[in-house]
Amino acid sequence: MSGLKELKNRIGSVKSTQKITKAKQMVAAAKLRRAQEAAEASKPYATRMANVVANLTAGMTEGAGGPKLLAGTGNDQTHLLIVMTAERGLCGGFNANTAKLARQTIQALQGDGKTVKVITVGKKGREALKGEFEDLFVDHVDMSQAKDKFTPFAIGLGKDLSKRYDDGEFDIATLIFSEFKNVLTQTPKTMQMIPATAPEDAETIDLNGAIYIYEPSEPEILEELLPRYLNTQILSAMLENAAGEQAASMTAMDNATRNAGELIDSLTLQYNRARQAQITKELIEIISGAEAL
Amino acid sequence: MADKLHFSLVSPARELFSGEVDHVIAPGTDGEFGVLVNHAPFMTTLKNGVVRVLDGDTVSMRLFVRGGFADVTPAGLTILAEEAVNLASVDAAVVQKDMDALRQTILAEGKDSGKVEALEEEYSYLEDLKAAL
Repeated sequence: MSGLKELKNRIGSVKSTQKITKAKQMVAAAKLRRAQEAAEASKPYATRMANVVANLTAGMTEGAGGPKLLAGTGNDQTHLLIVMTAERGLCGGFNANTAKLARQTIQALQGDGKTVKVITVGKKGREALKGEFEDLFVDHVDMSQAKDKFTPFAIGLGKDLSKRYDDGEFDIATLIFSEFKNVLTQTPKTMQMIPATAPEDAETIDLNGAIYIYEPSEPEILEELLPRYLNTQILSAMLENAAGEQAASMTAMDNATRNAGELIDSLTLQYNRARQAQITKELIEIISGAEAL
Repeated sequence: MADKLHFSLVSPARELFSGEVDHVIAPGTDGEFGVLVNHAPFMTTLKNGVVRVLDGDTVSMRLFVRGGFADVTPAGLTILAEEAVNLASVDAAVVQKDMDALRQTILAEGKDSGKVEALEEEYSYLEDLKAAL
């Protein structure tokens, strides 16, 4: 009897686990939709901004001064990595993949004899890298209070980066985040932010030989534009990351629910067999008892 | 009026408008400027103010922008606004309420807090917004 009771308990516990994972999956699906919408909605701005930067930089002659954010410090000794992960786990390999890329990047840079500094965004990445690279950490951005409002965090981080850059704390800043390709695939990606580079796929508009009029002057516009471009890049990375986290979480929870279902099936089968065996055994006992009389 | 100007206004949160219009008047840092179709390439920073969209001679839409950029190319006019709202959807009473609440926060923070500067900026934005209504 004890075997039966035990099996029954196990089935019960797996069933309640399944209920939890199912609920988490549905929550993630709902959040994913919102996160995806937010990411989509911010795309036009980011794309246009990239195009404007591409246009401006295309007009600039190579290395002819320009703001430091664009021209660089002329050095590449100190690298700052911004590692962006989620605040929560239970989303499959999402955080682990980003952390893995970060680890490889750090090791490659260190192998080249560069100095590496790390700013972590999101708790999970910090935890994953803490063991090996804690002495490289310079700052951490806690996103747990962000909910759906990333803009203040993006602007805050952008300002912080500009300040550190002006103080000469680093030469090159690279962002490591998860690119949201679709619900099933999120690939960790590195993107250089400082010195600013226009994305390769930005369209440069053919002006038919016309010359841009700048108001006030070109350097002043760049001066204003580049920090904003930085903020925009951070913001869209945050939004993509958020969407990716929910997608990964949804997939992971979907798998967990399915696994629980399979487990329940096999346990139920086992339970029925054991019950059947017990009944057969009891019948044999009764019949052999009757025959003995 | 064979040709129309392609105008789009985007903020980080969303694309507020995209379409063909006749004439757009925007608040540049160095003064207000109007853009018609086939304008020469032009780029400027914007200050807080109202972007007016004209169809023919009538103003068809008024949008309030909080700083940003305007970029005129042969493809059209693009305004990248830090923040933008359609004035038709703004309620003066709500803005006044936000302003009062913000004033309270500023007073509560006191002079020493580093936040005051940012809050004051927010307040002046709301003031501008209210004035535009």
